[in-house]
Amino acid sequence: MNRLPLFVAVPLFLAFLIPVLGRKWKTLPDILGNLATFFLLLLSLSILGISGVYAVGGWPPPLGIVMVSDGLTTLMLLIVALISFAVTLYSIDYMELYTSKTRYYSLFLLMIAGMNGVIITGDLFNLFVFLEIASIASYALVAFGCQHEELEASFKYLVLGTLASTFILLGIAFMYGTYGTLNLAHLARLISENGSTAATKCALGLFFVGFSLKAALVPFHAWLPDAHPSAPAPISAMLSGLLIKSIGIYALIRLLFNVFGFTPLISHILITLGILSMVVGVFLAIGQWDYKRLLAYHSISQIGYVTLAIGLGTPLGILAGLFHLVNHSVFKSLLFLNAGSVEYNLGTRDMKKMGGLQEKMPVTNATSLVGAFSISGLPPFNGFWSKLLIILACVQAKNIPAAVWAVLVSIITLSSFTKVQRYVYYGKLKEEWKDVKEAPQTMRIAMVMLAVCCVLMGLLILPGPRNAVLTPAVNALLAGREGYFNLTFSR
Amino acid sequence: MDKSEKPVGMTLIVQTVTRWLKGPIILYGIYIVFTGHLSPGGGFAGGVIIACAFVLITLAFGAKFALGRVGKLLASELDSLGALMFVTIALLGYVGGSFFRNFIQMANPAPPFRIFSAGTILLSNVAIGLKVGASLFMIFIILAVIRVVEDKDGKMKMIQKKQGGDN
Repeated sequence: MNRLPLFVAVPLFLAFLIPVLGRKWKTLPDILGNLATFFLLLLSLSILGISGVYAVGGWPPPLGIVMVSDGLTTLMLLIVALISFAVTLYSIDYMELYTSKTRYYSLFLLMIAGMNGVIITGDLFNLFVFLEIASIASYALVAFGCQHEELEASFKYLVLGTLASTFILLGIAFMYGTYGTLNLAHLARLISENGSTAATKCALGLFFVGFSLKAALVPFHAWLPDAHPSAPAPISAMLSGLLIKSIGIYALIRLLFNVFGFTPLISHILITLGILSMVVGVFLAIGQWDYKRLLAYHSISQIGYVTLAIGLGTPLGILAGLFHLVNHSVFKSLLFLNAGSVEYNLGTRDMKKMGGLQEKMPVTNATSLVGAFSISGLPPFNGFWSKLLIILACVQAKNIPAAVWAVLVSIITLSSFTKVQRYVYYGKLKEEWKDVKEAPQTMRIAMVMLAVCCVLMGLLILPGPRNAVLTPAVNALLAGREGYFNLTFSR
Repeated sequence: MDKSEKPVGMTLIVQTVTRWLKGPIILYGIYIVFTGHLSPGGGFAGGVIIACAFVLITLAFGAKFALGRVGKLLASELDSLGALMFVTIALLGYVGGSFFRNFIQMANPAPPFRIFSAGTILLSNVAIGLKVGASLFMIFIILAVIRVVEDKDGKMKMIQKKQGGDN
């Protein structure tokens, strides 16, 4: 697993190289940013499904920091690389609206380094450090436009995000005070030997609150509907598509399944949080008239699906949850990029002012339709298959109410996206938008790329692709504490 | 300083003491950075002390004078260079076998409690000192001197305050 540190080192290196060189060559930030994400995409494809351990500095665990790669890690790395490549491609033209591309790419790559770090690390404190890198970069990126609304959203996000980080840090302090180690696998072994002490339970509660805040599960969601719409569109796509998943959901399920051990109580909490997020998110979404704010509320709702399915704890449930997580990354990023290209041309996000854009922006309309179909779960798009699996998993786990909620929320999602299509793209073209043009080339390429992914990723349901991509991730979680310990200490 | 301008900064006493102290403070910061692996301190603490010297100069003589010595551009470059240096040390270790590997003195251990006894740790401390010193100074400058204003088109812009450094 020699390639593992590159996932952190390359974006980190370029994040600091770009501000040094970017002042002299104006096109350099674009080139380096895109090359970096493309390189990460190739790298993540090359290690897909391979598990291994990398000891940082040559120090073996539990003394040194380790980087652990298993099926779940490689799946998350791949999805981060895929979305961030599409987003950097999109940024080339979109970020011309803003002033400093140098700073933008620098912060962007820092955020990727943070997310990749959270995903590959096998050390609890290291996880916190990378989580803070990703979070702080995202606070700055939300405020990138420096307008009143953006600064307010960013400040709210910063306060709640810091609160979450404090909870997580406190939880880490409890764990270190009790067990005297920070290595995740070593902690897992010690917890399984000593049973669940009061300190462990306390830490578990703190982690639950902290990571739920980062993942914006209801009732910890207050920052998301402000922060995600206010950011520049590529950043909205990154935040909704990746950040809440990699530093929220991924870190939470990694700790729950591989360190603390999955119990019926945890399962109940996850299912409750999941259903709550699903239902509250979609009901808050349906009344919105701000294009990106509506999408942001749908993020809460869809994250609810993921949490519910993984919370079932059955192999089918975890498979469905991870499948939906991956799908949601793709179609939600696509929808935010669509919203961005509408905002790029119209300068507004208010859906009441739009209408009839399909003749002026055919590519945006077509890709938005694909995204809307995917998120509402219409066959044959990827969202349909993962939602079907989630409902089947609920029925299989004899949790019929959850299945019913999943179906109902899906129907409301469909109606909500019918509204988007109707008010933005169909209907009569308003007089003031007569001269609107289609988005520039690179933005179109990025959107089409994600739309094609939306269609193709439905194929992951077939046994061949499923066994190559999704099943290793499910197995990594199902292996539990024992499997994770054996993997980390395999050398 | 130009006599014709309105006097900026603090009184003559403060300015004189600052003139005497700035050298020793910076020297002390460098000492803390360079002995980080032997005694309490290190890159972060030393960097903060170095930045404090520049903060003191800014307070005593006004922002214009301090920015004449270390410009925003230079501070920003130093900030990035410090971080770059740190990542480069880690990457050199990666090339030599393992990420963050101490590639200098693993093979021939030096006697302990010497300056050159910890391999890459000293270099990493210098990198961190640069990074922390430069970014702390920048944060101070941005909080004290830069204002965000709205221009005619309704866009926000960063400008330098007119009477920089008045307390």
